[in-house]
Amino acid sequence: MTREEVEGGRDEMEIDGCEQREANAIPEGFDANYLKIYYGKLFPHADIYKWMSYGNDGKHPGCDQSYFGRREFSFTLENDIYLRFQSFYGAYELENSIRENCPVKIDIGPVYSVDPAKRRAYAQTGDNVFTPVERELIFDIDITDYDDVRYCCSGADVCFACWPLMTIAIKVIDTSLRDDFGFNHILWVYSGRRGVHCWVCDGKARRLTNEQRGAIADYFRVYKGNENSHKKVSLTGHALHPFLARSYTEVLRNFFELKLLPSQNLFSTEERYEKILDMIHDESVKSELRGKWQENRRSTSKEDINVIRWEQLKILLQSGKQKGQGLRRGIEEIVFSYTYPRLDMEVSKHMNHLLKAPFCVHPKTGHVCVPIDPKKCEEFDPTTVPTLSKLLQELNMEGAKSEVENDWDKTSLGKSIRFFRTSFLQPLLKSCKEEIESSYKTKLQHSKNSINW
Amino acid sequence: MESARSHRKSIANDVVSTLPLYRSAPALEVRLEDFTLFAMDRLRVLKGISDGLSRGKKTEEMEQLAKDLWRANMRHPQASEVVNKDIISHFVLRLVYCRTEDLRKWFLPMETALFRYRFRHETAEAQRSLMAEFDLSYKAVSNSEFESVKDKLCQVARSIGMSLPTADAIFYKVPFEEVPELVAGRRVFIHKGHAYVASTQVVSLVATQFRSHLSKALILTNRKWTSTIREQEKDRLAPIVEALCTSYLGPDYSQPKGFSEISLKDIDDLVKSSFPLCMRHLFEKLREDHHLKHGGRMQLGLFLKGVGLKLDDAIAFWKAEFSQKVGAERFDKEYAYSIRHNYGREGKRTDYSPYSCQKIISSTPGAGDHHGCPYRHFSEENLRAALNKMGVDGRAVENVMDKVQNRHYQLACTLTFEAVHNSSCDSGINHPNQYFSDSQKILQSKDGKGISTLGNKKRVPLLFP
Repeated sequence: MTREEVEGGRDEMEIDGCEQREANAIPEGFDANYLKIYYGKLFPHADIYKWMSYGNDGKHPGCDQSYFGRREFSFTLENDIYLRFQSFYGAYELENSIRENCPVKIDIGPVYSVDPAKRRAYAQTGDNVFTPVERELIFDIDITDYDDVRYCCSGADVCFACWPLMTIAIKVIDTSLRDDFGFNHILWVYSGRRGVHCWVCDGKARRLTNEQRGAIADYFRVYKGNENSHKKVSLTGHALHPFLARSYTEVLRNFFELKLLPSQNLFSTEERYEKILDMIHDESVKSELRGKWQENRRSTSKEDINVIRWEQLKILLQSGKQKGQGLRRGIEEIVFSYTYPRLDMEVSKHMNHLLKAPFCVHPKTGHVCVPIDPKKCEEFDPTTVPTLSKLLQELNMEGAKSEVENDWDKTSLGKSIRFFRTSFLQPLLKSCKEEIESSYKTKLQHSKNSINW
Repeated sequence: MESARSHRKSIANDVVSTLPLYRSAPALEVRLEDFTLFAMDRLRVLKGISDGLSRGKKTEEMEQLAKDLWRANMRHPQASEVVNKDIISHFVLRLVYCRTEDLRKWFLPMETALFRYRFRHETAEAQRSLMAEFDLSYKAVSNSEFESVKDKLCQVARSIGMSLPTADAIFYKVPFEEVPELVAGRRVFIHKGHAYVASTQVVSLVATQFRSHLSKALILTNRKWTSTIREQEKDRLAPIVEALCTSYLGPDYSQPKGFSEISLKDIDDLVKSSFPLCMRHLFEKLREDHHLKHGGRMQLGLFLKGVGLKLDDAIAFWKAEFSQKVGAERFDKEYAYSIRHNYGREGKRTDYSPYSCQKIISSTPGAGDHHGCPYRHFSEENLRAALNKMGVDGRAVENVMDKVQNRHYQLACTLTFEAVHNSSCDSGINHPNQYFSDSQKILQSKDGKGISTLGNKKRVPLLFP
């Protein structure tokens, strides 16, 4: 559908109202032509530029004018053509290139020691002059990694029963990033189909080494192993580490007992409860429960069978502990197995890992990768995230209004961009400016001191 | 006003630790003979530590091992010369191991590990004096702050089986970045970016500092070596330095030597006859799922390169499998690039080396992964089943499982090799490509084709005039 047709349709619509519009609606899904309009009118180029500059786009003498130009971007074009190591001098160049290339996906890489476009000029000597120097601490949580514990969907599908796994992942990780690690400038983004990304943008985070990133990822790691190994979650000791204990009591336990248990019917069939019994280490407890459940096929009470069986399991496991069963924390192990966040370790560990930029459009679903407010993440519904076609429809409908300054404000994307600015970008930039100013002052002080000897 | 809890700083100055920090090169004269011999003695210690780590030995065992190795190798007939031998050998090895990324990547963690184990064996006073060198005392936690976080500190102690902190326990508050391994193991309480480190854990802090200093020093040494020393010492030290490391670590299999290249039609037979279990598993999963995740692609792909699979054949091989799942086009666009990357034809153009057993054992396969070391990462039943499939059964399986339970993963693989080939493997397996080449050696000699010219890959101590 060309723009002319769209505009022609609009004139009719003004007379006939919304119903007419429905008939001329832009079909769902993804289309490269729509992308062109998206990048032309809706994608927040200037905000991305400001973000990636981290305050270095100002006139303050402490600003590093080369900073933005050393950031790698990567474009995926139609027909899976990858353009890596793209870099830009400024906002204008960035926006221009995006509009011209119309990438199906934009990835953001690290800030390198030198302009990535010039990397070949710096020969690979033993000292490796072309190397990442700054990179946000990033996390990628994908619901397909939970396929062994969700029965409602598998693969790329997500529904209201299993999406909450993402919600609690956000809660657990976000709380820890702030309370334990002291990070403040954290952006959570919907990945567009089946997961979430996290960008930690504090200066301290950007300057972490690979080893430190690996350490943080390991701190968050509880679920280990795969189909080849047995033990997936192993929690031993007389107590849980405060981080795990807090996650358990504040988020995971209630979610498991009140939401997951009934919605996923974790105990309703033999196959399903065997999976849980498998996690129990005490053979006598295992066989006792198995005996009970094999007989009791139909629940005689009104209560949910999952709740009943879970209670029975808990009672047996807790009494077992008193017998000096050992240091296994059986109940927590089960709850953690089903609910604790599963991160992709490789994404977080390496500075040079690329990650999709926020506000991209997912080519398979048409959803925009919008930010998620961690304080209100339970309210986030992936099915209602604006799609490319919906946004274009909205644009067309509001087209004539001139009192709205930005095109995106005429659409449901406006809410997301405004959230991005007020909750994330502005506080971040304020802190960056302060950091630049104070480190500049310190530098001046040092040079003064070295002169006054 | 609260007083800092570290009031013991004054005592530290009286105690001298014999653990050097290697901050600067010694102004000593060294005989050429000692130059080499001292270095080789130290190298034996480091290699012993490396072996111990790849067997997954626990920290207490490693500390004892390091102590034994040190005592066995680092003595000197003159007691006064012991410290000099320590320092000289370290600096010689710096010269040897600064020269490439791979060498540095091996040397740095081994020296740091050695330092850490030796630190743990020092007396408390000696440790404090060393810590003073690292300027840690100012970060001690005050009494009132200790009270406010005491609950959490106790909780952490209980979670890792450490004794509970007493009222006069000293804790250090440091930025979490300075104790990455304590953070990774959830062995410290962290709050607002600060980690509370117990005095028994201080070795971590100190080791991190040691490591970071050594890392920088290696880079500087390399620069000096490349720019001036190598040329100056062309006839004297350079040949010694160059020989010292290659003789010791064994081949890295990045360039398959003396082998006829393997062709695709042979590959299925070769898997059954000569692949170690880790690669066999990956190969079978690839055939089954027509896909492997990144870790698996790297481990298997580089192994195949080391075995002699040419780039074009490699691309054809992976394409034949992957296109059944993702289609030929998508393969060309998404996966072909990284295969060429592994062969050094893209990007940085590094010719990546196939992974050694140590590296594979220490990997962490997650959901959907099939790489790693099966002897470590498989459950007992899965491992038994896999061994049966390889034709190992009865007594032999029990012997292998026994090694596994004691975490001697490479020994387990060696026993498997011996059972499969019905012949002994004295050198032990420490690289999947070694397993393959040793296997081929045996099979080819049985076939009467004669032993292929692989050259002598065993480690030979160097003799210098």
